[in-house]
Amino acid sequence: MNQSVDSIRDEARSWLKENWDSSLSLIEWRTRLAESGWAAPDWPEDYYGRNLGPAEVAAINEEFAAAGAIGGAQSTGVRSLAAATLLEHGSDEQKRTFLRRILTGEDAWCQLFSEPGSGSDLAGATTRADRQGNEWVVNGQKVWNTSAHHADYGLLVARTDWDQPKHKGLTYFIIDMRQPGVEVRQLRQMNGHASFNEVFFTNASVLPDHMIGEEGEGWAVAVTTLAYERRGFARSRDIKIDKLWSGKIYDQYREEVAIANEPYTWYPQRAGRVDLVVQRAKETGAIEDPVIRQKIAKLLAMDKSAQWFAARLREDQKAGRAKGPEGSITKLAASNIARLASDVHTSITGTDAMLTGPESPQNGIIAEILVSVPAVSIAGGTDEIQKNIISERLLDMPKETRFDTGPFKDVRRN
Amino acid sequence: MEFSFTAEQDQFRESVARFMTDKSPSSDVRKLMETDDGFDPNVWRQLCGELGLTGIHIPETYGGAGFGPVELGIAMEEQGRALLCAPYLSSSVMAGYALLTSASEEQKRAWLPAIADGSQIATLAISEDLGLWRANDICLTAKPNKDAYTLAGRKRFVLDGCVADMLFVVARTEAGLSLFKVDTSAKGLRRTPLPAMDPTRKIAEIELAGTPAELVGQDGGFNLDATFDSVLVAFANELAGGAEAMLSSVVEYSKLRVQFGRPIGSFQAIKHRCADLMVEVELAKAAAYQAAQQLASGEEATELASLAKATASDAYLFAARECIQFHGGIGFTWENDTHLWFKRAKSSEVFLGTPQEHRERMLQAVGV
Repeated sequence: MNQSVDSIRDEARSWLKENWDSSLSLIEWRTRLAESGWAAPDWPEDYYGRNLGPAEVAAINEEFAAAGAIGGAQSTGVRSLAAATLLEHGSDEQKRTFLRRILTGEDAWCQLFSEPGSGSDLAGATTRADRQGNEWVVNGQKVWNTSAHHADYGLLVARTDWDQPKHKGLTYFIIDMRQPGVEVRQLRQMNGHASFNEVFFTNASVLPDHMIGEEGEGWAVAVTTLAYERRGFARSRDIKIDKLWSGKIYDQYREEVAIANEPYTWYPQRAGRVDLVVQRAKETGAIEDPVIRQKIAKLLAMDKSAQWFAARLREDQKAGRAKGPEGSITKLAASNIARLASDVHTSITGTDAMLTGPESPQNGIIAEILVSVPAVSIAGGTDEIQKNIISERLLDMPKETRFDTGPFKDVRRN
Repeated sequence: MEFSFTAEQDQFRESVARFMTDKSPSSDVRKLMETDDGFDPNVWRQLCGELGLTGIHIPETYGGAGFGPVELGIAMEEQGRALLCAPYLSSSVMAGYALLTSASEEQKRAWLPAIADGSQIATLAISEDLGLWRANDICLTAKPNKDAYTLAGRKRFVLDGCVADMLFVVARTEAGLSLFKVDTSAKGLRRTPLPAMDPTRKIAEIELAGTPAELVGQDGGFNLDATFDSVLVAFANELAGGAEAMLSSVVEYSKLRVQFGRPIGSFQAIKHRCADLMVEVELAKAAAYQAAQQLASGEEATELASLAKATASDAYLFAARECIQFHGGIGFTWENDTHLWFKRAKSSEVFLGTPQEHRERMLQAVGV
């Protein structure tokens, strides 16, 4: 189906005029959305969508924004990853069971990939799923799971075959998080926040028809989730709500967004807050110090250059002339910038950098920068992994010698 | 394109790069750096004629190709990569921009075509005994004398000062900073080569003792900042090209060099340093490209010009140092080519102002 952007825009507008009702509850409204195909217009027609392209979807989103109408729940939290993975690899029955409730927001999801023993080496997962009778029994531990304490279902990668090489022994499951064998514990970070969880499985069960893809092909499914995570990560945190909208449905929506955003409040600080540097240096008088001025200029130059690099990369990607892994340069530059920013903030702040909480300058923001920046070079792929990608895939340097190609049971691990 | 290059610009880069590969192999760089003039007149003629590079940024009215800072940046980047030995920065860029920003219409018509077609080599003399580049650092005075002026004083670090056919000298009059043209046969003019650490770039000392000179543009009307910004942007692109040449050399060598039974490029200690270097080089390129775009847009470019110079010269030196280190002992020999780029990087670090000076200038340009 290929409707023109204008006609789909008109259709959306008149549908909203007839149907948008701010007196409904959030779930009631989204049920109406899901059943009409307007919740996820880019999804296939067989599964709640209209099979439309990005231009049409953008026009529809504009109409929703103009009407003050709330959209589907699929873009908040890990639901977007669950949806993308199900749409690409799920069975018909799985799509029917889960996709509608992703749109309505009835189910919350979490991602269960990283483990204490496998971070950068994600495919080295050792959480096991063993077939017992008519179900899979899961034992092991996952970590860095955002919002697992709110989740109804988890996207789980577990090892089902230890005789295969590591990538071939993994299987992808949907696990019910509300069962006795699943224990979720908040993980407190060095900056005091608890944005993530640890999840422990003790004989937790997975229904046989909750396997996504084939047994032993979990890695390929996980790659879909990861690719989508990289592409769409910013989107889930970029939700704009007009402050003027009032009513029950908006309150429910604001609460949902607040919960989804809660883990990320310190993320700007993790990037070093380059935007605060000049203002802070003026406040403290450090702006007169020629040594600090040099550091500030160096930081601003790096930050701007990285933005120009990223802007050129986006243009080159659109024009189809990028190699692909150039994003690792942006990621590595962001780590360098955050570290330098943290140092500059320390120089500017002086001894007050010893303080924390409201006593620390900017109502604690400066302290939060200093203890959050170490995360930036780890999260989303460590600096070291980015350097491997840059050297092997952009500079065509030789790959590392591998020691993990045999049966996984023989591979050395933590 | 706002941040990237058009297909035409990419093609232009390819043709310039091909020319540089053919005409400026390191064997030729080595030959030319031992000569007094420091360039090959045949290659220069081809560069001016076939490629029309010398007038790339000069408007067609004055005999140029009528392109802008982005195309000039491409030309400079590829020259920097190949370490081309030619009076390009001095004549086309420095003297060219000085005339474009400050000369009268009649003077532009008289002098720019010869710079654009390369038939005359020009240069711009700014810094003096202190080796500084800003307006307040210029002491050389010009005194009015009937219809003309006489200049007295000394200029140093004048690029291609000995081979230039046209000398443009920045001097101070009662009205302020002014630009003068000095005839190369004028009385009291003495040009002496300075011993250069970077032999691929010829520098001179110019002494003027009551030397007659012709005022360029208005008395007190030399726009040093505008000239300087344009020159810095082009220069930063040259440095980015040199830096990337060093990165390529590092990577290429570490794939070839075998120690402990494997190419050294297979060691993570080496790979990760190459990745770090690539980040620095890419940021330097981004800064140089963006400064050129900014200049082309006609907007204030001081901040970006200085940012780009500081970033690119730091990256170049970093890359050249890494290149020597990665080569090990051979990297410290005369026989290995790395020192040619290292010396260009080192001299470029201070030419037209140190990275520290430019970081300060960059902040002041935005009122910080």
